[in-house]
Formats: sequence, C-alpha cells, structure tokens
Amino acid sequence: MSTIMLAALPFYPLVSFLLLITLAKRLSWQQASFLSVGAMALCAISSGVLVYQLSQSDAHILTAKLWSWFSLTTSTGTADVNFTFYLDALSSVMICVVTGIGFLIHLFAAVYMKEDQNFSRFMAYMNLFIVAMLILVLADNLVLLYLGWEGVGLCSFLLIGFWYQEKDNVLAARKAFIVTRIGDTAMAIALFMLFKSLGQLNIVDVTQAAQSVWQLGSDDAYWIALLLLGGAVGKSAQLPLQTWLPDAMAGPTPVSALIHAATMVTAGVYLIARMHGIFLLAPEVMQYVAWVGASTLLLAGLAALVQTDIKRVLAYSTMSQIGYMMLALGAGAWSAGVFHLMTHAFFKALLFLTAGAVILALHHQQNLFKMGGLLKKLPVESTLFIIGLICLMALPGTSGFFSKEAIIAELWSSPTAGPSLWWCAIAGALLTSIYSCRLFFLAFLGGQRFETQLHIEKSKLLRLSLLILAILSLLGGLISLDLHVVFTDMPVKLNTVNEPYWLHTIAIITPFIGIAFSWFYFARYRVVDTTNISANQSVLSRFLRNGLGFDALYQWLLIKPYCLIARLNRRDIVDQVIMINAWYVRLWRDTLAVSQNGSLRWYAAAFGLAIICLVGVVTL
Amino acid sequence: MTNIPLEHVLFLSCILFAIGFIGVISRKNTLFILMSLEVMLNAVGVAFIGAGSAWRQADGQVMFILILTLAAAEVAVGLALFIRMQRRYRSLDIDELNEMRG
Repeated sequence: MSTIMLAALPFYPLVSFLLLITLAKRLSWQQASFLSVGAMALCAISSGVLVYQLSQSDAHILTAKLWSWFSLTTSTGTADVNFTFYLDALSSVMICVVTGIGFLIHLFAAVYMKEDQNFSRFMAYMNLFIVAMLILVLADNLVLLYLGWEGVGLCSFLLIGFWYQEKDNVLAARKAFIVTRIGDTAMAIALFMLFKSLGQLNIVDVTQAAQSVWQLGSDDAYWIALLLLGGAVGKSAQLPLQTWLPDAMAGPTPVSALIHAATMVTAGVYLIARMHGIFLLAPEVMQYVAWVGASTLLLAGLAALVQTDIKRVLAYSTMSQIGYMMLALGAGAWSAGVFHLMTHAFFKALLFLTAGAVILALHHQQNLFKMGGLLKKLPVESTLFIIGLICLMALPGTSGFFSKEAIIAELWSSPTAGPSLWWCAIAGALLTSIYSCRLFFLAFLGGQRFETQLHIEKSKLLRLSLLILAILSLLGGLISLDLHVVFTDMPVKLNTVNEPYWLHTIAIITPFIGIAFSWFYFARYRVVDTTNISANQSVLSRFLRNGLGFDALYQWLLIKPYCLIARLNRRDIVDQVIMINAWYVRLWRDTLAVSQNGSLRWYAAAFGLAIICLVGVVTL
Repeated sequence: MTNIPLEHVLFLSCILFAIGFIGVISRKNTLFILMSLEVMLNAVGVAFIGAGSAWRQADGQVMFILILTLAAAEVAVGLALFIRMQRRYRSLDIDELNEMRG
C-alpha cells in the first residue's frame, strides 16, 4: 500500500502538468487552479501519510521500484539502473518540504497569477517543477537523481523566463541556465568517475563501496567529492557560481519563493548530504565546502545590505542562508544543515510570498525606496513579514534560532571547520540582522514614498497560505528531525571541553547587537520625513550592490574573451576543413560546366575527338 | 574494267568523312552544316559500295539505297526547320540557337 503511494507521488503533478499544458487556454481559472492545486494537495497529503508510515516501520527505509531503466555492463558485473524511489529520513524531510511548501505556494500562486493571460502554462511549469524535484529527492540511483537535477534546472529556466516578452527576463533565464550548466557538467563528470572507479550507481551501494574500496583522503574520493561540490555550488548559487540567483528574481514572485528560496536552490545541499559518505573520505573537500559556504555567507550578506529591490535583498539573503547550510555540511553537522534547510524553506517562502503580496498591493513596485509606511496600510502582511524576519534573524524561540544555533554550535570543535569559520558564521548572523532591519525600516516604517492607491487583495486563500507558513516558521523549530539513521558522524571529533564558555552567549546576543546597531544607524529610514531617503550612490555601495563585482569580473574574464574568440573565428576554422570537400566538388562542377556550353558544333567536335581516342585505345 | 583495291575506296571514304566532319564543326551556317552532313553520309555510302563490291555481295548497295532515302528525308526535315529558323531568328547561324547559360 505504502509502496504504491510512494510510486504514485510524482504522478499527481505530472498528470496535472500534462492536462494543463495540452488544454492550456481552454481551461478557466477555476479549472486550472483546481487541477494544479488539487494535485499538490494530494501530493502533500500522501507524503504526510508516507512519512507517518515510515516512522512506524522498523526498517526506516521504503522503496518502490517502478520499472527497470537500463543496465550497464562493467568488467566486474552489471549495474542496474532502475526507476526506483527510495524514501529514508533525509528524503522524507525533503518531500515534506517540497510538497508541503509547494502546496502552499501553489495556493498563493493561483491567486497571485490570476490575471495573467498564460495562467495555465504557469501552473503547468510549477507542477512540472514539483515532478522533477520529487524525482531528484526520491531517486535511489545517481542517474535518476541527475534526471531530476536537470529537470529542475529546466523548470527554473522556463519559469524565470515566464514573461518572455521582457528582454531582461529572457537574459536572466539564459544566465541561470548557463551558469548552473557549468556546475551540472562538473557533476556529470563526477558521476562518470564514480562509475568508472566503483562500477556502481545506486546511492546506497556507492556509499558502501566507497567506504570499503577507498582510503581516507584518496585521490578518487578527493576529485569526485570536489566535482560533486562543483555541481552543488552551481545549483545552490554559492561562490563562485552565485551570479545567476539575484538576476533570477526577474521571474514571478511565487517562482522565487518555490524554486529560488525553498526547494531547488537547496538541491545542492541535499546532494552533499546524500553523498556524505564520499565527502567523509575527503576531509580536504569538506574544508572547501565549509569555506565556500562561509565566503558566500559573508559576500551575500554584504550585498544584501545595499540592495534597492526587495526581492534582490531576499535573493542575497537566500544565498547567505544556503551558505550556512554549506558551512554546516562542511563541518560535518549534517543534521543541522538539513534542519536549517527545512526551517529556511518555511521562513524564506513566507518572506517571499509576503513580499509578493506587498508588491501586488503596490502595483508591481519592487523598489524599497518607493515604499515606506506600509505597517499601517497593510497590517496583516506587515505582521507576517515581521514573523519571517525574526525567524531569518534567528531570534530565540523561532525556528531559525534552533537551526542556526545548531549549526553554529558544531562549528568551533569540528575538525574541518574551527574557530575562524565560527567567527564567519557570527559575522554572517550580524549582517543578517542588519540587512533584515534595513529592509523592514525601509519598507514598513517611516513616511509613505509612493503616490498610487493601494490595491488590497482580500482573497482568503492568499491569507491562508501565508498564515500556515507563518505558523510553520514560528513553530518549525519544534519538529525534531531524527536523521541519525541516515548520517554517519565525523570519524574524529575534537574535544568539546575546549570550547570557551562564552560561545553560546555570543551566538545568541549577536542578532540583538545587529538590531540595536541598525536602530540607530538606519534611524533616518524610520522617521516620517521622506526628503533625504535615497539609495546610497557611493563607490563602495555601488560595488556591493552589484554583488561585489563578480558579474563585471566574469564579463571581463570569460564573456569578453569568449565573444572575441567567437568574432575572430566567425568563419569557423574547423568548418573550413570540411569545406575542402565542397570546394573540390565545386571545382569539378565548374570544369564540367564549361563543356556544357550549348554550342552544337562544340559537341560534335567533342564527339569526334572521343571516337578518335576510343579507336586509338582499342587499336593500340 | 579495272579492279579498284578496297584500300583506295576506304581511303577516299575516310577523306570524304573527315572533310564532312570538319565542315560540320567549322561551319556556322546551318545550310552548310547540312551539306557537310550529306558529304559524311555519302562517305559512308562509298565505303558500303566498296565493301559490297569487294565481297561480291548486294548488301552494300542495299545499305546505300537506305542511306540515300535517309538523307533525302533528313534534308526535307532539315530544310523545313531552317525555314522556321530563318523566320524566327532572321539568320541561319547555328550559334544563335544557343540559349544555354551555365
């Protein structure tokens, strides 16, 4: 029973996707939203039931084989690649996030996108995304995981470029696609190397084989883990492939909430957590993971401090929170990383959706400097936004607090992290609270800086989905994740006795320091006087606003040279070699065309000449 | 009556054929081309007659009569075409007919 339920899980949204994409505009808004949201509701309910059944069973694992896909023959035997779903504690967390948050966002999106002409197409892509994401998290082998991995990339591309008439959106979609493709290529190479080295593709088998075949710190483990990290970095928008995420905010807001905050961008975290058996064998790569996470955390925090677009603030905030997850994974705090993944999905989805509601109320105004004073105008949205922000800042009692403290607590004594990374995490927490306060002051406090009449959406569905998310964000920390059956701990652990006594105190009071600092530093944003509020135009803040110049750097380092080479090679040198054939044929054609001149006397002469030659050949 | 050796007849035939052929390829006027063709036909006719007399067989003469009728028919058709050509192109130059561009 539960096997069938597991097997059917991605098929609800798949059927809905197929119906929506084929019937498209023949469906009314009611029909289309009923179909897509209904499919998601079924999905969410059945994943809830599945997780309950999993917790009741003794095996802690549930598998459902749908069909055999193909089998590969190696020197040692055959490796079967099947369409099999594998549910354990880690993937059950993921399916809960994907289907649960996905359902709420679908509900929101149905209202948010109501006026759009291509509503069915939008919901179809959203459903397709859920299908791909479920395949990604439920895959029992790496090939199936890669299928889902590419599937979510495709849906991300389609949804960022959903309003394809706008040039910026198309460029953002293309950028997201190409940049993540770099990571995907690294991951594909990792899979090839893995298969060559171990002859296995099933995740459980691979992990077991790796631990018995490879030594700790062997070359194979190092390179494969490094390439897997490359894939994760691309998908999760970490340094150095982070540039696509802020631009991806061009897509509709529910897309940003679903794909670019709650689910898809955390796929990289999931990948590393899933393959932790290999990462454990490569402690150097674990250090890289931690440093990638820490540097992204700080970089994105700094960039978020000066953004003018509300969605871009949230995008940089997402990057920095995923940096926390990476930091946790690098430190070997697997459970803490996955826990933060879950709580982040709650409060970031809430923040994005509330921001979406605010943007909708302001007639698609996203500039923070054109907002202000919304606390009185939109009390419900403001309250929800505050809830999201206090979770983001990790104030005690909220879900963000539990997960972030869990991460920070493990950093100091981890063999692959250490005190320097602990200080990075604390600095990140400080930055988080400062940019959160700035965002709140600019948007909700101070004087009104817009002229238009507010467009108040009274839809109950909208409020309902936001309310559920807010409750989850506040109380999500109480969900206890039991992931010890999935994860093996770090082989060596430093003595926790060496930790200074002030560690936890500092971690807890850091957000309050940030709030106090911003209360005074951003005081001018709070006052009713709106005259001297404008975006800081100094060189430093422009540099930070453009994501610390990474776009410009890549423009100079990669895109310009590439375009130059393309321009130099306009005639395509390789093509010229092939064109020799064409030239040869053309030569013969030209030669023979001379003889076909239409002159009768010329033909007669050629005729005579040929006979003379023929007779000559025969007689001689 | 002296016997003419076959070699002489064939030599005459070859000379005539060559003259006719050169006429065909060097002349521009279609009337002269037709006449050169007649010369070539007659060169072949001479060869048939000579061979027939050499083998003492009537077949050579039969073939010549065939060639003669063929030549007559050819001239009739050819002249009719030339009249049309003269009407249409106001000339009998064979190169005028060349409309091929390639």
